[in-house]
Amino acid sequence: MLKQPGDASAQKLSPWRRAINLAATWFAIGAAVLVIVPLLAIFVYLLIKGAGSVNLAFLTQTPKPPGELGGGMANSIVGTGIILAVASIVGVPLGIGCGIYLAEYGRGRFGDLVRFTADVLNGVPSIVIGIAVYSLIVLREKHFSAFSGGVALGIMMIPTIARATEEMLLMVPNVVREAALGLGIPKWRTTLSISLRTASAGVITGCMLAFARVAGETAPLLFTAFGNQFWSLKLNQPMAALSLQVFTYAISPYDDWHRQAWAGALILIVLIVAAVGAVRIVTSRGMLKGAS
Amino acid sequence: MSGTVNEMNSPDSFNPSEKPATAIPTLAQTATQRKAISASSVLERIRQTHPRSSRMPDAAFAVLIVLTAISVFAIVAFVLWELVDKSKLSLHQFGLAFFYGHDWDPVNGDFGAMPFIYGTLVSSALALFIAVPLSIGVAVYVTEMCPIRLRAIISFLVELLAAIPSVIYGLWGIFVLAPLLREYVEPFLAKSLGWTGFFGGPMYGIGMLAAGIILSIMVVPIIASITREVLTAVPQSQREAVLALGATRWEMIRMGVLRNARIGILGGIILGLGRALGETMAVTMVIGNRPEVSKSLFAPGYTMASAIANQFTEATGDLYLSALVEIGLALFLVTLIVNALARLLVWSITGGRAGRARA
Amino acid sequence: MGVGIEVRGLNAWYGKNLALKSIDMTVQANHVTAVIGPSGCGKSTYVRCLNRMHETIPEARAEGEVKVGDIEVYGTGTDPVEVRRRIGMVFQKPNPFPTMSIYDNVAAGLRLNGFRNRKQMNELVERSLKLAALWDEVKDTLHKQSGASLSGGQQQRLCIARSLAVEPEVLLMDEPASALDPISTSKIEELIFQLKQHYTVVIVTHNMQQAARVAEFTGFFLMGSLIEYDKTEKIFTTPADKRTEDYITGRFG
Repeated sequence: MLKQPGDASAQKLSPWRRAINLAATWFAIGAAVLVIVPLLAIFVYLLIKGAGSVNLAFLTQTPKPPGELGGGMANSIVGTGIILAVASIVGVPLGIGCGIYLAEYGRGRFGDLVRFTADVLNGVPSIVIGIAVYSLIVLREKHFSAFSGGVALGIMMIPTIARATEEMLLMVPNVVREAALGLGIPKWRTTLSISLRTASAGVITGCMLAFARVAGETAPLLFTAFGNQFWSLKLNQPMAALSLQVFTYAISPYDDWHRQAWAGALILIVLIVAAVGAVRIVTSRGMLKGAS
Repeated sequence: MSGTVNEMNSPDSFNPSEKPATAIPTLAQTATQRKAISASSVLERIRQTHPRSSRMPDAAFAVLIVLTAISVFAIVAFVLWELVDKSKLSLHQFGLAFFYGHDWDPVNGDFGAMPFIYGTLVSSALALFIAVPLSIGVAVYVTEMCPIRLRAIISFLVELLAAIPSVIYGLWGIFVLAPLLREYVEPFLAKSLGWTGFFGGPMYGIGMLAAGIILSIMVVPIIASITREVLTAVPQSQREAVLALGATRWEMIRMGVLRNARIGILGGIILGLGRALGETMAVTMVIGNRPEVSKSLFAPGYTMASAIANQFTEATGDLYLSALVEIGLALFLVTLIVNALARLLVWSITGGRAGRARA
Repeated sequence: MGVGIEVRGLNAWYGKNLALKSIDMTVQANHVTAVIGPSGCGKSTYVRCLNRMHETIPEARAEGEVKVGDIEVYGTGTDPVEVRRRIGMVFQKPNPFPTMSIYDNVAAGLRLNGFRNRKQMNELVERSLKLAALWDEVKDTLHKQSGASLSGGQQQRLCIARSLAVEPEVLLMDEPASALDPISTSKIEELIFQLKQHYTVVIVTHNMQQAARVAEFTGFFLMGSLIEYDKTEKIFTTPADKRTEDYITGRFG
């Protein structure tokens, strides 16, 4: 029973409660450390194991046959670029269009449904998307292709871009739209030239984030782009990609290929960080003046 | 005309200082009477100055935009269709027995997916077991305990974990984590907890334990960032109410913050589960890819996603391929349900959209 | 029974901003003391210093001597957690715990303090709800209704019951009725009148009529300083300081 009030010795904080409080604090700090350690470890290892192998030969040569030393990932780097270009052509217009729909037209039940479906698409495992595109394109064309790989990745970009576009457009104040409409500017022009331009910084950020996310994807490419040991720029043929090449080399039994896997991984992460970093720099320098 | 015109605020909210400097003369005439003009007569004015010329493009634009929105449905529908269509063979052949059959025997054309389902469930469960306390711990640290200057840095670093591609996690897993497990962690676990039966057998480093650990690292940023969002959404008044009763900081967090946020946190956990279920590359590279059900976490295993990744391009025969696609279909449906459930939970707390699209 | 409060030289800061300037005040036990003043004068800050809630705001701190009964609130060995248990606080906007039932809301403080005995807990919950004049309205749905499903006035009385359950010596109230409708407000004021038999009450209010109705003593704050502190009757009829008079008669604030 609680002691009589006024009794100074009453209800001193029990040491047990004090101890639990301390333990909880240390646990939380420990959790933060434990989560950051792998992050640092991965970056450090990428640098240590990969940096030494990234040289001119690596960047300009194609893979050598298994067992032979040397060679590089030039075709993979270019291949990733081509596949990502196709992906962007597919994903960016559809994503932005969907985002415009959600912000400007779809404020009702159907809009909620579209938003929900975009979330569903976002959650579909990437390998399942690979199976579907394989069925749709590769089976019909009877060969693997860069194009099918690009389509798979493009599909994966849509939800991220749509969500970012919607959020950014919603942040454009209504007065801006009204001013434009009141001047007699048609709605389609208002949306594109006024609203979208105002929101452009955020929209571009969304596109780059989606880009960075799919740049590292491997699973959907396994049976669409498939990979290629040789130079190829053809869209309707199998194409090499950095992520695929890193995977193939990593699980191989050859030490030299392991070494190259680290190098390829380093280039891949640099590519991703550069994409995200470029976005930060460009938008923060106000080169794309946005609404906020 | 679109609904946006009707949603316009009354002209009183129209700010005349927004320069209509380049206004067409007919509009400039009415500038002085702007405040008295109602929304519908703005529409009238637009019709007068731009008779039919803008309505076709507007309609065409609207149609185009709606088509892109429909494309999202179309894509999901097409994915489902292809999965169902290409797995028909296997569905007819095996029926429901596909999902509890123990043997995956491509040579004899007998396909039972139980080992993969087991592997997926165990690796995901292990991942959550490790990731949930860590994620909640980080989130609590960042929102309730951290000095304000550190907050942005730590949040950024945790989000960075989500940016690392799966294949790089796998690479690191094969060459750094697996040897670590093999040399130090697994012997230690075998010695101290071997009696439980979970830590026995040969220690390869590669195996279920490695897969669970890598998955947990990949899932932490998702759970942590949603937890952080819902924790921040708890009003300060709740924290003060608990403190004023005479509570330690942990008690305040437990009773005033975590308790209020628990539904959202659950949503975050389920979202993390959805991600873990579908994760392919990192798991494939460290799990050993042996279709066996084993109690020990040291043993190699196989997940649904890795089965597809490893065998798809080498599948001989239509039945083999169909069986793999059926696994894909199962994966699709399970992650669909899990993710939908998670979104519902999180949206019920944050009241609307759950922030940025998650990686 | 309540205890008296002795405040000597209390200073409080928000970052570099000095919000309370050397406050001296003696609060009588078992009386209601009102703290009035215009917005931003420091009255809420003052009251929050009494139970060491002020320092929970980042960059905020307080120094000085505050003695509640025989506790040195800012003494070197004093744990703020203990201080807050013994000094209860009711906030401007009612903040019951939405995930807990009415019973659990009132029992929350008891559970925190390690209370386990079911029977005694039931008794204390009932007693607190009766003291807060809420018992009759909720006694049938104690465990079924959530704290947040009550009306505004009931929620505030629930918060009062919650504070009383841990048997504080002093009850601090920061504009407890300002978010409520007139009927609930008068119920709360009635309640305060009853409570002073058992507790010492300090109430912050921007409503001078309310201060006149419920409080025996009143302190007038202006720009972080305590301008005048006396019997309520005297403050409102013959204030000693011109600034007090200006505020009372509505010339500013």
